[in-house]
Amino acid sequence: MQQIIFFFIRNKNFLLFAVLFTISVGLTIQTHNYHNNKFISSSNFITGGVYTFRNNIADYLNLGKENEQLLQENLMLRKKLDQFKEVVVFEKLDSTILPNKYKYFTARVINNNYSKTKNQLTIDKGKRDSIRIDLGVISSKGIVGIVSDVSENYATVQSILNTKSRINAKLKKSSHFGSLIWNTKDPNVAQLIDIPRLAQLEKGDTIITGGRSTIFPEGILIGTVKDFDLDKDDNYYYVNVNLFNDMTSLEHVYLIENNQASEILELEKGVEDEEQ
Amino acid sequence: MKNNDIIINIVRFIVLVFLQVLMLNNINLAGYINPYLYIFFILMYPLDGNKGLLIFLSFLLGLSIDIFEDSGGVHAAACAFIAFIRPVVLKYSFGVSYEYNSVKIKKADPIEKLTYIASLVFMHQFVMFSLEIFSFEHILLLLKSTLFSGLFTIIVIACTMILFNRKST
Repeated sequence: MQQIIFFFIRNKNFLLFAVLFTISVGLTIQTHNYHNNKFISSSNFITGGVYTFRNNIADYLNLGKENEQLLQENLMLRKKLDQFKEVVVFEKLDSTILPNKYKYFTARVINNNYSKTKNQLTIDKGKRDSIRIDLGVISSKGIVGIVSDVSENYATVQSILNTKSRINAKLKKSSHFGSLIWNTKDPNVAQLIDIPRLAQLEKGDTIITGGRSTIFPEGILIGTVKDFDLDKDDNYYYVNVNLFNDMTSLEHVYLIENNQASEILELEKGVEDEEQ
Repeated sequence: MKNNDIIINIVRFIVLVFLQVLMLNNINLAGYINPYLYIFFILMYPLDGNKGLLIFLSFLLGLSIDIFEDSGGVHAAACAFIAFIRPVVLKYSFGVSYEYNSVKIKKADPIEKLTYIASLVFMHQFVMFSLEIFSFEHILLLLKSTLFSGLFTIIVIACTMILFNRKST
């Protein structure tokens, strides 16, 4: 017995180190699984507050650029509105307006990283603003990521610049489906895989979201084809995609909620259960 | 003297965490290189201080960075590791004499000081990046990040030391 106690006393530093090291490795592994980063995350009260404080200062420095972007978006929306006017003017308004499938929220990015392999963003909206896990996040230029964790007032977003991210995407012109991933090399270039070799690809082709997932609606812009190559088995293309979004400077983003997501998921789950 | 040390270390801890998360993590030189100045706390921890306490404090230091960075426990693991290995590094960079309190980090020989800083910085970066990247696929990225971030960190730490040394004399 005494031996054991002496052993503990002699090696107390090592044991302390071993315990702490195990805890931190455990935390690390936990964050490598999507959705399980509940324990340690920057969407908590203190860190969220500090980041908001920083952003309030940093925002002033970017006001000019932000204004310009908003103006451009306004212009685009105005153009679209004009197109609608011409169509709608001759029709009578229907008394029953169908509920919209997608609901949009706005949020501000208060922390953004893009230099790691598993990048996250923090935004200043949380449960209180009815933000949920798995909402899609876009900016005025294109896709940004998916909400991975929420607290009362803040939420973290798994950026598309994350080795865990896998987003359904397709070619705009031929509707061939693939998955958008990131190979960690360049924050402005993502990769589209699993495009069948039958697809006719050309440099500069537009890539948009596929609409097969319940997260993003179809047709959100992603980027253009930079270059492409067949993969090892020669069956699928490996495409480098120039992102429309500058992931290194994000300020205002939109969140998309699919009102029918739970219905679709439930239905699909039912089918899976039956197969088992 | 002892009380003074405690206050200095508490202030250093807090200032370094905020400096790291608010400024240094946003430098992103060439896209991915950041200086990790916060381990300055572990480097400058008093030589005669309690080693167990240092390991625990380093863990907390790393964890605070992790919470801000959303990185799980990579900084915490790396910090606990270098805090644990510090006595060994001290011994081979300053010789055995450090145990008899005859060495002060600030006044040590520049080469010995550099060995000490560089060894701890590179160990820290290596553990941190291996945990963060966590796959053999990206081993080149790991080595590249370790090398460049390590060099940048050493430069920034050396500058900080020079800056504060001048002030105190």
